[in-house]
Amino acid sequence: MPEQKVVDTDYLLLEAPRERKFITGAQAMAEAIKRANVDMAIAYPITPQSEVMHLVGDLWAQGYLKDYYRAEEEYGAFSAIAGAARGGVRVFTATSGPGLLRGLEAIASWPGHRIPAVLGVLTRVVNAPLSIQPDNIEISYLLNCGAVVLHAENQQDTFDFTLAAFAIAEQVDVYVPVAVATEGFFVTHAKGYVDLTPEDMKLPPRNPYKAPVPPTDNEIPPARIQRDAPVQKSNFMSYLIHAVWQQEVWASTTRAMKYIYKYLGGPIEVINPDAEVFVVASGCAAAQAREAVRYSQLEGLNVGLVKVKAIRPFPEKEIREVLKNAKGIVIPEHNITGWLAKEVKAAIPNNDRVVGGPRVYGGMTLPTELIMDEIYKILGVKKERKVLV
Amino acid sequence: MKVVPGPEGYIPKVAAMEGTNLPSSPDKGLLFGEEVDEEIAMREAAKALLTKPNPTIFPGPKILWGWSPTAFEEADAILELAKEIPNCRIIPMPDYRPKYPKIDPEAEINPNHPNLTILHNRIEACIFVGVHCHYANLSLRMIRAGTNCFTIAICGELGHEDAMVTLRDAHGEKIRKFKDILIQVRNELGIQWEPKLPPPNPSLPKENWETVSFHDYGEYAFLLMPKKGEIVTDTE
Repeated sequence: MPEQKVVDTDYLLLEAPRERKFITGAQAMAEAIKRANVDMAIAYPITPQSEVMHLVGDLWAQGYLKDYYRAEEEYGAFSAIAGAARGGVRVFTATSGPGLLRGLEAIASWPGHRIPAVLGVLTRVVNAPLSIQPDNIEISYLLNCGAVVLHAENQQDTFDFTLAAFAIAEQVDVYVPVAVATEGFFVTHAKGYVDLTPEDMKLPPRNPYKAPVPPTDNEIPPARIQRDAPVQKSNFMSYLIHAVWQQEVWASTTRAMKYIYKYLGGPIEVINPDAEVFVVASGCAAAQAREAVRYSQLEGLNVGLVKVKAIRPFPEKEIREVLKNAKGIVIPEHNITGWLAKEVKAAIPNNDRVVGGPRVYGGMTLPTELIMDEIYKILGVKKERKVLV
Repeated sequence: MKVVPGPEGYIPKVAAMEGTNLPSSPDKGLLFGEEVDEEIAMREAAKALLTKPNPTIFPGPKILWGWSPTAFEEADAILELAKEIPNCRIIPMPDYRPKYPKIDPEAEINPNHPNLTILHNRIEACIFVGVHCHYANLSLRMIRAGTNCFTIAICGELGHEDAMVTLRDAHGEKIRKFKDILIQVRNELGIQWEPKLPPPNPSLPKENWETVSFHDYGEYAFLLMPKKGEIVTDTE
């Protein structure tokens, strides 16, 4: 392993020189971990996450991480992540579909315990029937856990979001976990160009004393959330403490927004802000949406893109502003329930402008033509269908 | 959202989720949820401490148990500030565990039920200092929900949206600056006061260092006792 020097967080994320590599999404996530000064990684393998944690295991073998082990299953892995984080170290884990659901109780307790962990979510179908193919329905289960949730479009986003996730999670006014999601296989196992920061630079180590709760060490007793659980008493005060504790978790995700602006350039990316029709998409659906916008421009149609990078905190204000004059809004997704469409509909007035689709799932790809069909419908463009056999 | 003294009601609003942002730079503070120069925030905080009944300082674990030169300096500065506030009291928040079956509200304040201490002592202006941000935020919101107390957060980190006044990056030097502004406001208001330390906490037993034993440290005694067979010859 090369000797790595600690550099300022802002320098590494915003200013450091970059070198272009052609790598998979899994490699991009591991390259971010290499530069994130992670102390410990714990995980349980599941396709398509296995690739990422295998590569992170290699990083441990090379000396980049201090500790790494395979837990017995996801609930144990994510509980151990909580323990390690409370002990003061920087932690990383990752999972996919059924693994995320198996460990969801532990994940949902991270924000309340103020665990600044980073979680890779490499999405896949949630059984049954058993399938390992890409589908991002699992993100909808994550949305009410109190974590910051970022959704990466491609390999570059996967690198940038993962590295920035540590900087965001450990801000003293945030201090909740950050999940970086991207589509399994479509991103994790496909190659793309990624501009990487220098391999010999890494983030400063985590400072567990710069935190909104005391760390567990030999001088300070742990934040005894469970042992003297206030919420186990039945009286108004114990209800109120839990209420304001929950408020604090969600206030913390709200505060993360300013760091999302700082490190990711904002929670959304907009192309053609004066468009008549917008395609709103996150994750790799945004890549297809980007193509649809390009086709539309070639055809002289006034279509724009809103790529949603941050799902939590959800950029309601920003989306409301961009979509205020839109005639129609197309929301393509890689899941059956349309969780992004629901979020957008809840955020804007006159939400009958939203076309909830096209949606594909179960591992299906998202042809750009499906998005174009919806755009044509909104704009009243008649197209002849050609069926190629 | 305008962050003003309560009682706000059954469940408080969350200032951070209602559009209140923390002060954008170390020389700024929040006054009723709006960003202002810290001197302006300090003056309003001073007025509240000088004019409202039973002003009280709540020092938290970062000051009470902080074994660092910074913590020592902050503790000194807080005592200097306390001396200048007429009839000020100091009630510690020594830890964050809920105190059941019943807290002694004259002895301490607790983030799980802070309004018991506020209401029992009829405190209408208070300072949180040296409290970890998570627990300070819980306390500030519960106090705003159920009492009419004017809350001031002197924070070593980034501040607190739910206090009526918040100062950020506040350590010894800034606390002393606040003390100087408080003396200035006190003089402007014509309040006569000879600096003196607050009274000792009436609920705490006097400590006798000649008879103190490991058992007085209760469940934390293991932190002090050497392991079996270990002979400690050198200490810090």
